[in-house]
Amino acid sequence: MATRQTQGLARLMRAPAIILLFVWMIVPLCMTLYYSFLNYNLLNPGMTSWAGWFNYQYFYTDPAFFEAIWNTLVLVLGVLLITVAGGIGIAMLIDKPIWGQGVVRILVISPFFVMPPVAALIWKNMIMHPSYGVFADVARFFGASPVDWFAQYPLTSIILIVAWQWLPFATLILLTSLQSLDTEQMEAAEMDGAPAHARFLYLVLPHMARAITVVILIQTIFLLGVYAEILVTTNGGPGFASTNLTFLIYRAARLNFDIGGAAAGGIIAVVLANIIAIFLMRAVGKNLD
Amino acid sequence: MGQITLQGVAKRFGEVEVIPPLDLTIDDGEFVVFVGPSGCGKSTLLRLIAGLEDLSGGRILIDGKDATEASPAKRGLAMVFQSYALYPHMSVRKNIAFPMKMAGVPKAEQERRIEAAAKALNLTNYLDRRPGQLSGGQRQRVAIGRAIVREPAAFLFDEPLSNLDAALRVGMRLEISELHNRLKTTMIYVTHDQVEAMTMADKIVVLQAGRIEQVGSPLELYHTPRNVFVAGFIGSPRMNLFSGAAAAEYSAQTIGVRPEHLRISATEGKWKGRVGVSEHLGSDSFFYVEDTGLAETITVRSTGEVDLHHGDTVWLTPDEGKIHRFDKNGDRI
Repeated sequence: MATRQTQGLARLMRAPAIILLFVWMIVPLCMTLYYSFLNYNLLNPGMTSWAGWFNYQYFYTDPAFFEAIWNTLVLVLGVLLITVAGGIGIAMLIDKPIWGQGVVRILVISPFFVMPPVAALIWKNMIMHPSYGVFADVARFFGASPVDWFAQYPLTSIILIVAWQWLPFATLILLTSLQSLDTEQMEAAEMDGAPAHARFLYLVLPHMARAITVVILIQTIFLLGVYAEILVTTNGGPGFASTNLTFLIYRAARLNFDIGGAAAGGIIAVVLANIIAIFLMRAVGKNLD
Repeated sequence: MGQITLQGVAKRFGEVEVIPPLDLTIDDGEFVVFVGPSGCGKSTLLRLIAGLEDLSGGRILIDGKDATEASPAKRGLAMVFQSYALYPHMSVRKNIAFPMKMAGVPKAEQERRIEAAAKALNLTNYLDRRPGQLSGGQRQRVAIGRAIVREPAAFLFDEPLSNLDAALRVGMRLEISELHNRLKTTMIYVTHDQVEAMTMADKIVVLQAGRIEQVGSPLELYHTPRNVFVAGFIGSPRMNLFSGAAAAEYSAQTIGVRPEHLRISATEGKWKGRVGVSEHLGSDSFFYVEDTGLAETITVRSTGEVDLHHGDTVWLTPDEGKIHRFDKNGDRI
């Protein structure tokens, strides 16, 4: 493998795949970048002209912009918090040998197989609906007045739905990590006088650090692009209370037919995602070494 | 203090009885080795004493107090595991400090004990490394260090040397024996290697299928094995066991002769055979004699240099006073 000849050959063999991937990535990026500097509206495509930084300025001065960025961050962090904490808890529960373990594990994992719009519709119409949802029934049973979730707590509701979908993924990754924990280590700690909470803090958590990092990184990538759940439940409202950056771009492109504005938003989203990625790699990436 | 008494201790996993009720007393300061073939329940017995398994019956007394229901931490015992069970993300120093941290030992005292243990175990230069950066022998020493600093009533070793190579094993064996002489703390040591048992123990407990076959000092076991199993298990190379006519001559079901109690001669003797493989080690020679009609092969140990080769016809003569006789139940006569 290490000779100069085989290296050259290997490079040649890899080239088509790498070139294809590169083109696949760079062409849409460049087109988006190009569109973002144009006045390009689908309602009036003939009037396309050079816009300079206008689209960016327009996006930046849009009062919804900062709210959308804030909502994006709250959504990502909220879901991460629920899924990591909940995932650790559930993984530790189903790691113990119990009767019907196989069935329980499948049940725990199944929400992951429900596609996002379907999951959101189920939550909207069967669980969170103020008149015939399960939550409303429970509230009435206790004599409280039902909560209109999507009107009163729109972002919280979406965080709940998305967390429900991603909890199985976190649980699965954390469970595999938990199962690779050496039992003799736990026994040694037990003999060393470590109570359960100390064993969790000093052994289980450090052991799972790598898996938690994987969960955080992968989920962040997907959570930055949450869209379907917002579309079928709150439609970004009330106002912009549940609009994240992805949804804001969708509004620009498909409701206002403003291709230039949407492209500028897309570029901003790419920059933002990269900032978050750098931030994350700094914070938790060392666990992957 | 570290006197441990087992009274009718039994262990069942479901229907399977791993350890039938057994009694055993381990005196303070003794080095006791549990030895037996794999699957004989010796590790389970150790885990019962440690508190890592629940008893199915009987009681465990530590220093006269009933510890049957006590949690592992409360028993005041320290264990060294076969896999060392070090905490991989902690430095050596933190590993050794962990039990003291859990016990709330003051920082200064922790430091003092860590330094002392590190010095005793030659770990001073490695205190800030992670277990992953250490060799097998060093990891073993860290595991022992972690046990020492707790100043336990007794140490429990679960096959601690089986992951080391042969040369290291001999070295660690000496170190553990030395440690026992220095600390004078009770040690219980589990191994399947009878050489480790013979060299280290004050008292050997031979186990088979969860039953205690014999308890005694290494030489007691060597000179007066109580039954055929102990006779065959203790001693290296194994004792030669014959049944049939040769045994009937001594009015026994089975007789046993150790390799060192057989004389080999090219000219005369009691049993005739043919030399198979021979091993010349300089100090000793081992001959594996075949075609005697007594057993498949008979092992003979001879001191000094003996000029015999593959295929030579030889005669073997047992040392009459050193023949072990066993009845039809396998018990010593």
